[in-house]
Formats: sequence, structure tokens, C-alpha cells
Amino acid sequence: MSNEAQAVHIDDYKFGFHYPDNSVFKTRKGLDEDVVKAISSHKQEPDWMLQYRLQALKVFREKQMPNWGGDLSDIDFDEIYYYAKPSEEQSRTWDDVPDDIKTTFDRIGIPEAERKYLAGVGAQYDSEMVYHNIQESVAKLGVLFTDPETAVREHPEIVKKYFGTVIPYSDNKFAALNSAVWSGGSFVYIPPGVKVEVPLQAYFRINSENFGQFERTLIIADEGSFVHYVEGCTAPVYATDSLHSAVVEIIALPGSRVRYTTIQNWSSDVYNLVTKRAFAYENATVEWVDGNIGSKRTMKYPSIWLMGEGAHGEVLSIAFAGKGQEQDTGGKAVHCASNTSSVITSKSISKDGGTSSYRGQIKIEPDLHDVKSHVVCDALLIDEHSISNTYPYMDIQSDDVSMEHEARVSKISEEQLFYLMSRGMDEAEASMTIVNGFLDPLVKQLPMEYAVELNRLIELEMEGSVG
Amino acid sequence: MEIKIEGLEAKIGDTPILRGVDLTMNSGEVHALMGPNGSGKSTLSNVVFGHPSYEVTGGRVLVDGEDILEMEPHERARLGLFLAFQYPVEISGVTVGRFLRRAVEIRFEGQKEVRTKGFLKDLREAMDFMEIDQQFINRYLNEGFSGGEKKRMEILQMLMLQPQFSILDETDSGLDIDALAVVARGVNKMREHDFGALIITHYQRILDHIKPDFVHIMYQGRIVTSGGGEIVTELEKRGYDWVRAQYGQEEEVHE
Repeated sequence: MSNEAQAVHIDDYKFGFHYPDNSVFKTRKGLDEDVVKAISSHKQEPDWMLQYRLQALKVFREKQMPNWGGDLSDIDFDEIYYYAKPSEEQSRTWDDVPDDIKTTFDRIGIPEAERKYLAGVGAQYDSEMVYHNIQESVAKLGVLFTDPETAVREHPEIVKKYFGTVIPYSDNKFAALNSAVWSGGSFVYIPPGVKVEVPLQAYFRINSENFGQFERTLIIADEGSFVHYVEGCTAPVYATDSLHSAVVEIIALPGSRVRYTTIQNWSSDVYNLVTKRAFAYENATVEWVDGNIGSKRTMKYPSIWLMGEGAHGEVLSIAFAGKGQEQDTGGKAVHCASNTSSVITSKSISKDGGTSSYRGQIKIEPDLHDVKSHVVCDALLIDEHSISNTYPYMDIQSDDVSMEHEARVSKISEEQLFYLMSRGMDEAEASMTIVNGFLDPLVKQLPMEYAVELNRLIELEMEGSVG
Repeated sequence: MEIKIEGLEAKIGDTPILRGVDLTMNSGEVHALMGPNGSGKSTLSNVVFGHPSYEVTGGRVLVDGEDILEMEPHERARLGLFLAFQYPVEISGVTVGRFLRRAVEIRFEGQKEVRTKGFLKDLREAMDFMEIDQQFINRYLNEGFSGGEKKRMEILQMLMLQPQFSILDETDSGLDIDALAVVARGVNKMREHDFGALIITHYQRILDHIKPDFVHIMYQGRIVTSGGGEIVTELEKRGYDWVRAQYGQEEEVHE
């Protein structure tokens, strides 16, 4: 029961504000080869990247829309702006960031968070990272944390080796789209044995209307290293829809550990269609903590491919679907080696007619032994007209496998509300208390700052949901 | 505090359960409410607290002259009323410590500084008094508790919240002799201050530990007789059949 709940009283989405579109360059609406070329030329890219983009565009056109998951039929690819460059240059200090943009991030609280508890911050506004900085002490260890454009220019050998290897553009329509028009995102390289104790964070902000944001993130954790990467996202509320379609690739080399935390709080007019996948080699651990609070429709299933013996993967998925929202989320583990384990834990909350669906897959390749997988999905329904679905897929081709799956759906009961109210809590606080309790075992695993942030967002979502 | 129940009628669905309850109680007094199963005792406690499943069809419940029937349950609680539940529900993920801290904060709002400062110390003392292991501070509320542990937890909450008037809904049921003595000790401790209680029970044994000032018998949705401790003795001797024979009414025939 936090006092924060008492202090915050805002009925609407807090980050729905926007500033005038002051882009210094913007491609026209719609997508074709010229648009892709314009993006590439603005980035002064080497030809191999342009060719990669054009190939991806071809595949994007050929690929069908997914015929499962959320309804995407309202997306009009011709009505979207695919690239908007917010400022001439990327800055290393907040003072150099243009005023509107700096004010935006101040309102979201990024500079403050950076001062308090981050090792490095990247802030993306529409298509470009407008700010990127890493603590000197961390940079000295050889840690690379930049936007991927810089990485293409300065570290082409690493980029060429890994870019698109975990998620090729042929993977799905939206991965192809991202590969064609990607812009911004993060490139992270952690040298062998280096443990970055405090998180690196990237923050993604859409400002323009009818806009598509397509950041690209590539994280390589070399042998025995550790990194915790965090991303947050918000957007203004407009009458029309925007699209966010990112690709995130993680390569966890032997003995490394990567934790990737997302707190997604897009406004209710953003389609959020993201492909996230990690390769975990021998004795590596990858953890996805995926909090989906906002957006109109999210389809996102962070995946881990367990490539080497001793690899371990975890997905913690938290989804909140309110009015008009559909959260189609979950996780995926593909066991390609013996002695590997995976845990997928999903907690979803649906209220005011929102739909949350857990969609997950466990795949175990043939001829493996000592493979363990555990899946738990818990859903909480706040009212009668909200929906929860569970779609677990399993493809088990080995015998020596321990596989557990649990799924539960519960509803906030009148008896629980009455009990808490008889102790003096009003109805809103009583339901919040039950929701917080439902999430508690999961939220406890987050670092303090993110646990507080997540609780605060859910409290905001819950306000006005009762009575 | 004066609680005055006047002609209270209530139903659940289409079934009338309370058919005109009259009962006046004051803090400083302990009342016992007895009666056979299905006579409406638990309904009375739920209706006084505003349980949403019941519809009040007549009468009033006045607390110090103010009708509380339009109030939300939490507003009633904030007047200084407390209900010890017959079946306390589990609240997963909410620890006893966190829950009680918040409940105490609400109860003593305004004088918060004074009351929450020593919260943990108070809680530990009260737990010792109720013979509840300190580990329970970090347990999720009522989750996996035995029947007896749940009942003790209700009384612990009462001790922490210091209500002026409590309704104890069959707190004694399912308790062994030792647990009963501990629960009774908790209630008796409350009597050191200006405190009143309505003890709902089937059995005499809790009343051996908590001496009631008044005893009421409920039957078919009404208080059919009231008196002192002698009624309990009478009941023990003659059983509820005596009540049925003396006060039973033919069910009204509905056309």
C-alpha cells in the first residue's frame, strides 16, 4: 500500500501532451524505395546497409499480415510518416538538446533518473536519438552504448557480425518493416568479464502525429559479462493512430547475463508491434521483464533461444489492458541444447472491457536431455465485461523433459472488496490493493525504481475504474 | 457511541432475511446475539456494515443519531465500527504488516504522527498478546492461514484499530479451547477502554470468557427475546427447540 497512490490524482494519461512538430527533416507520408533511400542517405550510411534495407522492403511487401493475435486491419501503411528527424545533432548534454524536446524529457523525468541511478541514457524523439550519454567510469571499461547509426559508422565489424542474425528481416512482416526503415535505438557492447552494475536506459518518445517509430536495438554481452538494459516509452494522445515497431536482438555469449526491462506506456492510439529475441549461449542467462501498460494494441512475445548447455531464460510479462486496449503478450523459449531451463511468468489485468491475451510457446528440439520449462499465467479480471485469453503452444520433441504449465484466471471478488472496505479503505484503494497484491510477487523482482514506476502507472490506470 | 437499530428489514435476492430488527447498544456494553442457524445473525452484521449483496428494505441504523445505511462500508468503518468476519477472505500479495499499517493510518488520520510512529512496536506487542508468531507480519493476509489463525488475525486487527464498537461474527466457531481463551483475552483487553461489542454466537462457551451485559435471541429475522446471562443458561438447558416452540411463526404464504 503505497502513499504514492494517495498523492497522484490524474484521471487521464499523463504523457498525452505534445509539442509542435519541429522536425528538421521528414519523409513524405507512405513507404517506397525512395523513402528508404532518403532515410539511408540522411544517415550517410554505407551501401551494405542501404542494400539490406531495400531487401527488407521487398520482403515487407511480400509478407502477409499476421492472421492471428490482435486486429491490425485499421493500420494504413500509406498514412504513416516513416521518418522524422527532430534535430540536427545528437547531444551529450541535456543543455544542447532543443528546448521542446528537453522539456518533454524533463516532464517524463529522464534527466532526473539519469542523475540518480543510471549508468547511461539514450533518449529518442521520433526517429532519432537526440541525447546519448554514458558515465565515464562505465565507458572506461570498454562498454559501448550508442545509437546504432554511430555503431554502423564506428564499429562496422561488430554490427556486420550480429545485426539481423537473431531476427532476420524474413522473420515476420513487422521485422521486415523495421529492417527497411529502422532509425535510432541502441547499440550495446559489454566486453568480456565486465559487469555493469547500474542499468543503462533508453527512452522512446513519439511526438509527431500519424507517425511510425522503428528503433533497432542490438545488445552483445561478451563472455562472462553482465548488463541490465531498461527501456521506457510514451507518446502524445492524438485522434489518429501511430505505429511503433521495434526490433531488439540480444546476443548473450557464454557465461554472460543480460536483463532487459521494458515499461511500455504508449498512449492509447499507438499500435505496438515489436519483435524481441535473444540468443543465450553456454551458461548464459537472459531475462526479459516486459511491462505493457499502454498502447491501443500490443503484440509482443520476448523470446529466448537457448543455444548452449547450461543456458537459462526467463520472461516476466506484466500486462494491463484497459478500455479499448488489447494486450497480446507473452513469451517464447526455444530449447536448442541439453541442460537448459526456461521460466515464463505472465500476469495480466483486464478492466473496462480491455482484453489481455497470454500467447506463449515452448519449443524443445529433438535429442535433448535435462530440459526444464515452467510456465505460469495468472490473469485478473476487474469487472464482468473484460476479457482474458490464454494461448499456450508447445512443441516438445525430446523425452527427457520436465515441463509444467499453470494457468489461472481470477476476478476481484465482492468479498475481498468488502473485507478491505470494512477496514476503512475506499473502493478505489481496496481494488488497487488487490491488484498490487496480485502483481506483488512479480514486481518484487524488479529493481526498486522500476517497481515504483510500474506501481505508479498501474495506479493511474486503475483510477476511475471503479464506482 | 450509541448504535440504534430500528425496524431493520433486509433481503438477499428475493428472500427476506431480516424482518424488523430492533436493538439498541452502547459502547461500554457487551451484547450477545444468539439463535439457531439461518435466523439472520450474520446477515445483521453484514447489513450493519453495508455488504453489497443485501438490500435494505426498511428501517434505520443510527450511530449517535446519524443514519448510516446510505454510507459506504469504509465510511462506516471510519466511524469507529469494526467487524470481525466469520470467514475472513484471503488477500494474496498483501502482507499483514503492510495492510495493517495502512488500516491504522486511515483509522488515526489526523493523529497519524502519534499513532503510526510506534506502529511496528504496537503491532509486535499485540501479536505477542494474541500469541501470533511475528513471522506473520510478512505473510500474505489470511493466505494459507488455519481457521484459528484467521480468527486471531481478526482480533489482532481489532486491537490495532481500536474501534469503539465491534461486531464479532461467530469468532468462536472452529476454535479450540486455548484459541478461544486467547481470542477472549483480546476482546476483554478492549473493554479496558470505552468499547462495546456484539458477539454473535451459537454457543455458551465464549460467553464464559466474555461476560455479556445483555443477551438477545434472534429467530426468523427478529430479536424475539432479550435479557441477561440467565437466558444463556436457559438455552443451554433447553436448546433452540425451546426458542422455536416459543417464538416460531408460521411462514407467511406468498400468493
